[in-house]
Amino acid sequence: MGLKRGHQARPAEWIAEKLIFAVSLSTITVILLIFVFVGREALPVVFGKTNSALIQKIVPAAEINTLKPEELREYLGLTREQFREMDRDTLIALMESREEGNNDIPEAFRTDPDAQVDTTEWRYLLRPHQWKGYDQPEYIWQPVGTIHKYNLIPLFVGSLKVTLIGLLFAVPVSLGAAIYVSQLAPARIREWVKPGIELLAGIPSVVMGVFALLFLATVLQRIFGYQYRLNAFVAGIALGLTAVPLIFSIAEDALTSVPRSYSQAALALGASQWQAAWQIVLPAALPGVFAAVVLGFGRCIGETMVVLIASGNASTLSWSLFDSTRSMTATIAAEMAEAVSGGHHYRLLFLLGTLLFAVTFITNFFGDLIIHRLKGKLEGRA
Amino acid sequence: MTSPSLAPFHRKQRDPFALLGLAVTGFTTAMILLILAVILGSVVVQGLPAFSWRFVSTIPKKDFFNLESAAVLPMIVGTTIRVLVMTVFVMPIGVITAIYLTEYANAASLYTRIIRAAINNLAGVPSIVFGLFGLGFFINFIGKNLDDLTGATGPSFGQPAVLWASLTLAIMTLPVVIVATEESLKAIAPGLREASLALGATKLQTILRIVLPNALPGILTGGILAISRAAGEVAPILFTGAAYYMADLPKRLTDQFMDLGYHIYVLATQSPNIEQTSPILYATVLVLLLLTFSLNAVAIIVRARMRQAMRAGH
Amino acid sequence: MATSVPAPVAPDSTESGLPSGESRPAIIETQDLSLYYGASQALKSISLKIPEKLVTAFIGPSGCGKSTLLRCFNRMNDLISGVRISGNCQIGGHNIFSPEVDVIELRKRVGMVFQRSNPFPKSIHDNIAYGLRLHGTRNRSEISGIVEKSLRGAALWDEVKDRLHESALGLSGGQQQRLCIARAIAIQPQILLMDEPASALDPIATMKVEELILELKQDFTIVIVTHNMQQANRISDYTAFFYIGELIEHDLTAKIFTNPAKKQTEDYVTGRFG
Repeated sequence: MGLKRGHQARPAEWIAEKLIFAVSLSTITVILLIFVFVGREALPVVFGKTNSALIQKIVPAAEINTLKPEELREYLGLTREQFREMDRDTLIALMESREEGNNDIPEAFRTDPDAQVDTTEWRYLLRPHQWKGYDQPEYIWQPVGTIHKYNLIPLFVGSLKVTLIGLLFAVPVSLGAAIYVSQLAPARIREWVKPGIELLAGIPSVVMGVFALLFLATVLQRIFGYQYRLNAFVAGIALGLTAVPLIFSIAEDALTSVPRSYSQAALALGASQWQAAWQIVLPAALPGVFAAVVLGFGRCIGETMVVLIASGNASTLSWSLFDSTRSMTATIAAEMAEAVSGGHHYRLLFLLGTLLFAVTFITNFFGDLIIHRLKGKLEGRA
Repeated sequence: MTSPSLAPFHRKQRDPFALLGLAVTGFTTAMILLILAVILGSVVVQGLPAFSWRFVSTIPKKDFFNLESAAVLPMIVGTTIRVLVMTVFVMPIGVITAIYLTEYANAASLYTRIIRAAINNLAGVPSIVFGLFGLGFFINFIGKNLDDLTGATGPSFGQPAVLWASLTLAIMTLPVVIVATEESLKAIAPGLREASLALGATKLQTILRIVLPNALPGILTGGILAISRAAGEVAPILFTGAAYYMADLPKRLTDQFMDLGYHIYVLATQSPNIEQTSPILYATVLVLLLLTFSLNAVAIIVRARMRQAMRAGH
Repeated sequence: MATSVPAPVAPDSTESGLPSGESRPAIIETQDLSLYYGASQALKSISLKIPEKLVTAFIGPSGCGKSTLLRCFNRMNDLISGVRISGNCQIGGHNIFSPEVDVIELRKRVGMVFQRSNPFPKSIHDNIAYGLRLHGTRNRSEISGIVEKSLRGAALWDEVKDRLHESALGLSGGQQQRLCIARAIAIQPQILLMDEPASALDPIATMKVEELILELKQDFTIVIVTHNMQQANRISDYTAFFYIGELIEHDLTAKIFTNPAKKQTEDYVTGRFG
């Protein structure tokens, strides 16, 4: 009879199952692709191969033969494919236009020390620089203009500010609602409150941004009386609102999943509903609650439209919560359209994207680790 | 026979913390609902005046900040086309991946854990990074190479287009579909699979003939949720296909398109007179919300019916 | 065991509630207690008296209402929506359904041990300390003292005294259940309600729990719901037999099992149905 043990598939099925396996690689492949293709556009900045200075060393077209091909390609700022496609005459023409461009630079800039600064170098990207016309060294991100000023710090701080405000608002609010809905509310109320809050998740972030712009900004300014109508605070609160449904549903799920026997035991000992919820159920749900907060953080730091519309978009460094600010995400969104493809601005925006990707990747990784640990402690494995 | 006495338990000792706790959590819940009501309310109240049949069915003129020339038909079409094309890509990949995970994968193996980690990570990637990916991979790599292969004279594939925007969104919503499909596959009683195998069916036959048909409602729900989520996203399509203005409706996959979400953004930030544009803005938001909410409602109803059917044992 | 109990007389013991001749006072007394889950009636006009500091067992087939009645005594049924109660129940002379009653105080005096052990995901020490802190004990050494006393009282001290601060979830099933008993008696209730406390345990653990119950009755009134008739026979002084929401017979355990007054009781205890 030849009955073999195990799973024997016929040829067509064998192919189909291999196909299924291949498709399962899709998510891993995508993550790798994102890493590679977003990172690759940013690599030249990382390796110092870009130069944003206004005044750069010029090689006259006549001296084209003194340069090795690789040096020529870098001098002209071409990618390998572009370089390969061009013939000698085109290359000479490019060099000539470079010379002309250099000659066109107004006299005033030639003696300007700022004009020779290549701000895509790491020491300028991360540390303050004394620019002409300012009292002291500043962190400035100002890509537009004859002299390009790049610095990542104002954008980091901007993202951090709005994320922090968002979480400080969203976490207590969502947790409070989750505790209420999961442990304290009578069944009739829970029936429509839970879907109601989850309805908030159906509001696209661009709508939330508009709501912040037209309504929230005015209201908050009237209550708190600060100077700029659109700032980190407004954007942060709106950001928090987009994170609320996410944190709420995961935390509520975690709380409801705590075995009812725990709260029954607490109640039988004479605890009130609130005491049972706060002292027994919430600690038992900690891994899930923590996961909710981690996801909320990821949502806030990666959110674009809300910050783009409601934060004021001033790309200067300020620690004040009530100043207009600019996040990494909004910078990419707002400036990519004007960036020359392959140019230093373009590459820096991709660098910002790579950093964002890295941040969420690392957050997820450590978040998972901590959640695993917390679960272990609860189950007595620690 | 005298009753033994117990210390009386009549004095109601109110625990102040219990009351406070109830008040605070109840308050936060109410606050969330209130904000939701304000948002929805203001959209409806301020958007209805500009909302008309003409508004949703004609193509606007270039100066769409004015009430007379504002309309959203191309945006509705653009949004709809891009989510439909996205569905074509995301459903097969997502469903098959989920089938692998539930039916074939060894739950404890390293490979499975890596896939799950990848799904979690994918779900957490910022939406603007997807936009960059669409630009750097789909447009600049695949698109440009396609142009080279087909010997196109000008950039045809190597530029923003509906196709690339849809693919970008497909990658973004992949986790949604995978998770929803997995849930519905897991909800099927293992007894059903065992019965099929015991009759001599192969694993693949069992999946195709028994498991998938039963999981269909859940899979549909996942698809609808993915659509609803993608319809409202703007960041991923900023550089991959959304256009500020197009005189015609998009006809080919390589065309750019106008989009509801992007239009909202434009109206909000680039209007010369926000007072004048405000009703149009709210009306556009109303259209977008009607779209996403009705999709969500359909998904919820399908899911509820599915749960009912399962409980009743079909 | 009750000391001087004259030979039980035949009169229908369900009429007066307390088996005639019982000298100890009744600490729990119900009068025509009925309970409805929505439209269906789970308890039908139950009237009985439970004597103090003895073990009373509730027996009967599944669904007969014995657990439901038990949960009335500490008003855990309040947690289920759609429950309606009529009739009276008095504990220690006070009506527990009166609107002035503070349920939390009631539960301090009437403790409960559940069918499946449910220790909190905390350390052994903190499991017991929880109830104490809940009701106002703050002093650390006082708490530690009571923790030790309760664990000794639950015959668990020797087994866990060296790992009081380890997670309670690391204990075996039987140990967890004894921990739950320790947790319940730590706050010194007068009555201990036990809902099939040994049904999820192996025979040896069951034996330990049963021995424990026999010791505990010196200090507490115990009402135990059990599926296991031999268990009821072994450890209880009085037994009440329920069937589909009605109290059929309530008398000395010895009588219920050797010479029951009602035919239904006889059919059940001899295993003709179950």
